[in-house]
Amino acid sequence: MRVEAKLLLGLGLFFGLMCAVYWNWSLENAGGVMMFAGMLLGFLPGGYYYWWSRRMKPRPEDDPNATQSGGAGVVGAFPGTSIWPFTMGMGAFLCILGAVFGIWLLLPGLSLVVWALFGGTAEGRRGGPH
Amino acid sequence: MVDVLERPGQVEEHGHEEHHGPTGLLKWLTSTDHKVIGLSYTITSVIMLVIGGAFAEIVRAQLTSPNGHVVSLAQYNELFTMHGSVMIYLFAGPFAFGALANFIVPIQIGAPDMAFPRLNALSYWLYLTGSITMLSGFFVAGGAANFGWVAYAPLSNSANTPGAGADLWIGALLLTGFSAIFTGVNLCATIFYLRAPGMTMFRMPIFTWNLLITAILILLAFPVLTAGLIMLYCDRHFGTHIYSVVGGGVPVLWQHIFWFWGHPEVYILAIPFFGMVTEIIAVFSRRPVFGYKGMIFATISIGALSLGVWAHHMFTTGVVLLPFFSIMSLLIAVPTGIKFFNWIGTMWRGQVWFSTAMLMALGFLATFLIGGLTGIYLASPPLDFFTHDTYFVVAHFHSVVMALVLAGFGGLYYWGPKITGYMLNEPLGKIQFWFLFIGTQVLTLPQYLLGLDGMPRRVAIYPNSPQWKTLNVWSSVGAVMIGVSTIIFVVNLVYSWKRYPAGDNPWDGQTLEWFTTSPPPHHNFYRLPQIRSERPTWDYNHPEHRSLAHGHHEEPVHEEVPVA
Repeated sequence: MRVEAKLLLGLGLFFGLMCAVYWNWSLENAGGVMMFAGMLLGFLPGGYYYWWSRRMKPRPEDDPNATQSGGAGVVGAFPGTSIWPFTMGMGAFLCILGAVFGIWLLLPGLSLVVWALFGGTAEGRRGGPH
Repeated sequence: MVDVLERPGQVEEHGHEEHHGPTGLLKWLTSTDHKVIGLSYTITSVIMLVIGGAFAEIVRAQLTSPNGHVVSLAQYNELFTMHGSVMIYLFAGPFAFGALANFIVPIQIGAPDMAFPRLNALSYWLYLTGSITMLSGFFVAGGAANFGWVAYAPLSNSANTPGAGADLWIGALLLTGFSAIFTGVNLCATIFYLRAPGMTMFRMPIFTWNLLITAILILLAFPVLTAGLIMLYCDRHFGTHIYSVVGGGVPVLWQHIFWFWGHPEVYILAIPFFGMVTEIIAVFSRRPVFGYKGMIFATISIGALSLGVWAHHMFTTGVVLLPFFSIMSLLIAVPTGIKFFNWIGTMWRGQVWFSTAMLMALGFLATFLIGGLTGIYLASPPLDFFTHDTYFVVAHFHSVVMALVLAGFGGLYYWGPKITGYMLNEPLGKIQFWFLFIGTQVLTLPQYLLGLDGMPRRVAIYPNSPQWKTLNVWSSVGAVMIGVSTIIFVVNLVYSWKRYPAGDNPWDGQTLEWFTTSPPPHHNFYRLPQIRSERPTWDYNHPEHRSLAHGHHEEPVHEEVPVA
């Protein structure tokens, strides 16, 4: 986890330095704000990873001498199939078409999005179709 | 039920787990398997390549004569806009980080799937519906968007570009933008959390490393574009004046926002293809990647620098800090040069096998070199002032993008057997390569000359100069050759369909995807080898030439790999 943390912190540091140089030199706000946001996107997750990396045991994927059997155990839960991504995608599609052709399309669009949100969440909790 | 997965055992074959999911159309609609989604992305993005290519052929047909009448002026504007938009937004990016990344990255790191399979499926549906949304612009009154793929304000406001076509273009980019952001999140989480035991960060294949950098760039760049598009939509429909001088807005703000996404986007497109080429060159040179860590740090440097160069597209606006953006742009040449050096170093003294994939990779090197060197010209403000908005710029980015197309076809020939279980026909592939490679140079080299002679881009008619006409005809001949190469590829697909079984490791590959079956089973692996270098499959298959860290070799050791 430390390499991941250093990668993100390094990017945050780079953008921080660039932000300072650019903003002071150019006095242009749009680019300065965007670089500042880039710095935050490096520091926030990078800082979180770094904080955890000092408190956790090295994971099997961080251990250069790990064996496959040494990393045995549950990897995670993976849904085999799910209709909800398709449902949500179609809902988002209708919402965008609604923004172009008529606000009424937002009704079925948002309905599908909300339905998929609830359906997908429930499926995640109880386990969906294989 | 949801599959709760445990890690596969080491080396020893386990009982084959059969997956009994839906079949037919329902499978494609509901699957959350990264391989099915990757294949969906591949098919859709290749269709987009063909559509975008067809638009380019019409554009080039129009330009074969100074006063061409193939299409009207209005149709021409729509066609070059949609050609650029389809190629950039709907083909190159989704093919790289949607198609091949989806299929290959989890397998390269020994993962059973992407970290968020349902989010992955949602990414695809947003991409598909975004593609349909953009192309549907041709079927509405007023036609498709016609303000160029960059949609500069104030040309893109509702007064200058009324009609639904422009709104569909904006909506399409919102959908595909969210699709890309979700894919970026998924790639980061997958690479950070789902690597197999022993697969440390500095043992990951270069392709996976490059996709990680790409994913971070996506997360930095795409939200900016999405925000900019929402503001553009508000200007068009809600009476805001964010990009309008009339209401106190700043038109050049759109350029800042667009290019803060747009230049990293160039590398979001390019870096995955750099990774493909690196894998191909190493495997077909029978060598480990030369300067493995150097490659990684060069890619990180390119990614980081790419976010600080956006305004080199805006030199002629007169309101950007020329020295800063010029220096930053020129600096990118350094890590890019390191990559070239390492690619050559990988081939040096290798046993080079000139397969179609390798030829495509070599074609990429030559073409990208031309595009890269002319990019250095454009990073210099005095030269950029001279060539801005001319065909020199068109030629430069077509050299770059066509290099990526060469690499992409290389990736299809290289990983196609893993994806489908069948090889493509090699002689047909080599014919395709030569049409594509020569066609690319015939397309772009006359455009460089046209640009230096002052021919502006985005014009449907031009002065009746014999020299310009001749160069334009040659450029169009190149476009036809590229079109022919695409047809040869389609013929190859049909001809080779289930004709040449590939086996699990037809190229003697080095990374984990070549350790599993072709195509891989549900959740990818029945077994995994010990991972002790960035070439675990090579180490397993060639214990006498096992890799030590970063390409050093130890004395031959003959020992049985322990079984779990």
